[in-house]
Amino acid sequence: MSAKYLKIFRTGLKNFLLNEPRGSCRHFHLTSLSQASNVMCRDALNSALDEELERDERVCIIGEEVGQYQGAYKVTRGLYEKYGSRRIVDTPISEMGFTGLAVGAAFNGLRPICEFMTFNFAMQAIDQIINSAAKTHYMCGGQIKVPIVFRGPNGAAAAVAAQHSQCYAAWYGAVPGLKVVAPYDAEDCRGLLKSAIRDDNPVVVLENEIMYGKAFDLSDEVLSKDFLIPIGKAKIMREGNHLTMVSFSKLVGFCLQVADKLASEGIECEVINLRSIRPMDRGTIIRSVKKTHRLVTVEEGFPFFGVGSEIAASIFESDAFDYLDAPMQRVTGADVPMPYAENIEALAKPSIEDITKACRMVLEGAIPKEKAKAA
Amino acid sequence: MLQKSTITSNALITNEEAKIFYEDMFLGRIFEDTCAKMYYQGKMFGFVHLYTGQEAVSTGIIKNLKPYDYVCSNYRDHVHALSKGIPPKELMAELFGKETGCSKGRGGSMHIFSSKYNFLGGFAFIAEGIPIALGAAFRNIYQKQILHKIDDLPVSICFIGDGATNNGQFFECLNMASLWKLPIIFVVENNQWAIGMANQRASSVQEIYKKADAFNIPGVEVDGMNILEVIKISREAIARARSGQGPTLIEALTYRFRGHSLADPDELRSIEEKNFWIARDPIINFVNYIKNHNLISDDEIKKIEKKVKLRIEEAVKFAIDSPEPNLHDLSKYLFY
Repeated sequence: MSAKYLKIFRTGLKNFLLNEPRGSCRHFHLTSLSQASNVMCRDALNSALDEELERDERVCIIGEEVGQYQGAYKVTRGLYEKYGSRRIVDTPISEMGFTGLAVGAAFNGLRPICEFMTFNFAMQAIDQIINSAAKTHYMCGGQIKVPIVFRGPNGAAAAVAAQHSQCYAAWYGAVPGLKVVAPYDAEDCRGLLKSAIRDDNPVVVLENEIMYGKAFDLSDEVLSKDFLIPIGKAKIMREGNHLTMVSFSKLVGFCLQVADKLASEGIECEVINLRSIRPMDRGTIIRSVKKTHRLVTVEEGFPFFGVGSEIAASIFESDAFDYLDAPMQRVTGADVPMPYAENIEALAKPSIEDITKACRMVLEGAIPKEKAKAA
Repeated sequence: MLQKSTITSNALITNEEAKIFYEDMFLGRIFEDTCAKMYYQGKMFGFVHLYTGQEAVSTGIIKNLKPYDYVCSNYRDHVHALSKGIPPKELMAELFGKETGCSKGRGGSMHIFSSKYNFLGGFAFIAEGIPIALGAAFRNIYQKQILHKIDDLPVSICFIGDGATNNGQFFECLNMASLWKLPIIFVVENNQWAIGMANQRASSVQEIYKKADAFNIPGVEVDGMNILEVIKISREAIARARSGQGPTLIEALTYRFRGHSLADPDELRSIEEKNFWIARDPIINFVNYIKNHNLISDDEIKKIEKKVKLRIEEAVKFAIDSPEPNLHDLSKYLFY
């Protein structure tokens, strides 16, 4: 090893976990929320993390680029400077290893937040999420609790192709022992992430990269330090009598746009933001369907075994089935790995037109097209 | 750097310690023998992986720990659990699937957990427990340095087999343990077989302790059938970890006298090989040592053995008499 190599690569690398002096000085948070009321989802998440790190010293963040890089998507911006390298831990590229490490730390009384650069990478760690985190409290007869949060962007972004675009809501939603939430707007981001961090069980928080940059007005209540959104409760974003749309994450926004357009034709849609994939608020969906008699579910993930499939089951497993005036329509991503080329990528993701078409079909009572033949 | 040890000193353990070590090894042996009997009587079921023959490693390492230290094991976890202090009654009841088991009958043989004794499982997947053990070490450093909640630094022991040392998680965790100087000891129980896969056919580098070199971790090889050697090395490694100097990898050369699990026909290992190792039974070795150094009298040994056998009998009776979980409690323990 040459002297030059040593000089270049050794200087500046002084932040080993144990060697850093205790207690970095506390700077004021870089993006103050106290004056702002129009807040991007990214900053809403950042503020939730900041407040919970301050509130409880057992909370820490573990993941790639969360520290010095300020977060791959800047969600953890400023936290490294404020809380130090031992609470905001930059890891090597070792998903399985650091996820299991976070789970093991959670077994013993810490409250780690394990960030995945995207949930696609979490597939490398899925054994630790499912078998160590989700199942342990049950397997050990209740002796050990696992207060861990797994968070990161989920679903498609733009032109990032097949291995960076999958939605994992249905996979994690299937697992008993996990809670799964999917925020839509900045209010959801704050309330759901804070609830997830304070929950004593493993919670998967499926964020959305496109939504990180979208801003929403927030009330004082939402900006307050103890603002929490209960896990397991959906939100009715817009009331209506003619049809029910159920969605989560980014596509809630699409549904609201479709609802506005249809309103100009005299069709009033009820838009339900699931907020939680598991436990899913079946009650709110069923009550709404009993009112409107028509249902459209909207998700970005693959059609087979998806969130829409589960919602369909919860309808025919309840008396809401007798209230349907038409078969339910599912809007999903296409049954293909996400393509790269812009035009077919657009086909593979649900669009405003897809959702509008589904609404019209359900209003006409049309039989839905079999998903395997779609796209 | 730790040197490969040779035991000659008889000042290594006291008479009292000899009794503790002997009782623990004998307990492990009789417990596993009893499991085999119970399994063939249909009292326990599923996957059961017995530890017979490897007792020197479990006792030799775990009996040098403090109660606040952590042990994380794999599916061959019964004897690790006993050494750590989980009562044989609770363990047997767990294996019988009873409500009084240490995991309330929800876990079974491969998922032994005890919050009270800092025993973190019990994992079915190979290498799955390595990051968990590392997480315990991370938590301990965090508790000491950031939360200032503890004075002594607890040590985390991670038990794995030879097969696990070819898994990605092993390497990821060696790297992080070394990088962050976490207080962990990786104990590789190299019994040379991963079900039917011989280590020679699976590992490009046969000497597992050398794999630690790539991560700047001291690696040492030890005769896993000689408890004195195991004790000496483990005390050094524990002191190292507790003083903040970081991880150690101990490769204990050992052998399982039984098949991989009670369902394994164990046809690939030759009779000659098995006999070679059975002749090096660690409990017989230790008894010889005890007698040569007059550490425990013959009467005392008999007393210890009788006590252990009684404890096991009581454990079986307790397990048989205990109730199964209530049917209405299927979904209990899903969430805290």
